[in-house]
Amino acid sequence: MSDEIRQILKEHGRLSVDAITLGDDDDLYKAGMTSHASVNVMLALEGKFEIEFPDRMLKRSVFETIASIRDAVAELKPG
Amino acid sequence: MNLIDGTHVEAVRRIASEVAGPAADSVDREGRFPDEAISALKKGHFMSAFAPKSSGGLGCGMVGLAAMCEALGEHCASAAMVFAMHQIQVACIVRHGMSQAFFRAYVAELIERQNVVASVTSEVGIGGEMRTSLCAVETRGDRFGLVKDASTISYGAQADDLLVTARRAPDAPSSDQVLVLVRKADYSLEKKGEWDSLGMRGTCSPPFKMTSEGHSDQVLSQPFADIASHTMVPFSHILWASCWLGIATAAVTRARAFVRVQARAKPGTTPPTALRLAEVVSTLQSMRANVDHVTTECEALMTSQEGTDALSSIAFALKMNNLKVSSSQLVVQIVQQALLICGILGYKNDSKFAVGRHLRDAHSAALMVGNDRIYATNASMLLVLKDD
Repeated sequence: MSDEIRQILKEHGRLSVDAITLGDDDDLYKAGMTSHASVNVMLALEGKFEIEFPDRMLKRSVFETIASIRDAVAELKPG
Repeated sequence: MNLIDGTHVEAVRRIASEVAGPAADSVDREGRFPDEAISALKKGHFMSAFAPKSSGGLGCGMVGLAAMCEALGEHCASAAMVFAMHQIQVACIVRHGMSQAFFRAYVAELIERQNVVASVTSEVGIGGEMRTSLCAVETRGDRFGLVKDASTISYGAQADDLLVTARRAPDAPSSDQVLVLVRKADYSLEKKGEWDSLGMRGTCSPPFKMTSEGHSDQVLSQPFADIASHTMVPFSHILWASCWLGIATAAVTRARAFVRVQARAKPGTTPPTALRLAEVVSTLQSMRANVDHVTTECEALMTSQEGTDALSSIAFALKMNNLKVSSSQLVVQIVQQALLICGILGYKNDSKFAVGRHLRDAHSAALMVGNDRIYATNASMLLVLKDD
């Protein structure tokens, strides 16, 4: 799943570094992800994993790292 | 609002009507800083209104601050806006800097000396996009240098200290920002233009090139992104909307007085303006209801443990943005209607029903952070927000 997340970040995150090289705990905002780009990342994640992020999960901390995104997706898509 | 805040609000109301109001026409005509009002507010220790009581501040809540801005806005919108903008900076420091020794000491100094703090967010080349910076903090050992070409600094020439946004470091991406307090002795401002504007003429907001340095302790350690969503944006939108509510209220008050004069002249007849007055009073109530509701809700969120989490949510950001765009449109609509009601006496500047300054000041609202920019942000957020 982390690879798919990295791919989405590469396509939509508009990071200043190559998402493939990012560590699981690297700060995505420090890597250049803006609020606007994070919305596109959220949309791509919802489309790819066929999930819907509830409003309570639509905050900065959830999309801060690849690890936190993975945890959020896993919470919504068990199994 | 608690009783003590109420007392402070009353005191600011008196300053508004007795000091800010009488000077307002001159402030507007000359485009000068509202010295009289700001001095009176400093004397009353209102520059540290938001600082906690435990440190010596007044410990006013958001509701109290909003009421102060509205009261000032009724009498001199420029003074109100200067006061509001300063409070926004103080709130950022008080809510995000207290874990740092430098900022604890600074708040103590601000309380004692009633320092005025200005905001340096906008930058030449990036327009009003607050979450983007070109300039960067350049660290040299435990000191920093920071040069910023600011497209506008409200009351920059009159402020004591400045709170500046910048990229964290020269190699940081444009949205990776920090907030830095820059001290008067450590910065110089080169004025790059004039402030000869339609309204808000007393906010003295020309462009400046700022050259500064300081100690790295002066950089707030929390990322600006969090400071922005938790404090700068909500305080900005609420306190600005409160200033605008004051402008709208003052214009309607004049329209009401005008209609009563017309009615007394011909008892038994209802002047045609009375219907338009009924309309605008209703609109004012809607504007007030929105400001009051969001202010009260925000204060509740900010003063509760669970609420703090909600401050980073997209739903909260949307609500804050909606308050701004809605209030900025209603203030113009309301003042315009007051002008129609008062007719030529509203149109003339030397009349007790004059609302020209009110209308000109009101037009700034949609522009300070352009509404289209805010609507675009909201549109983006609505692509993922579910309202569940």
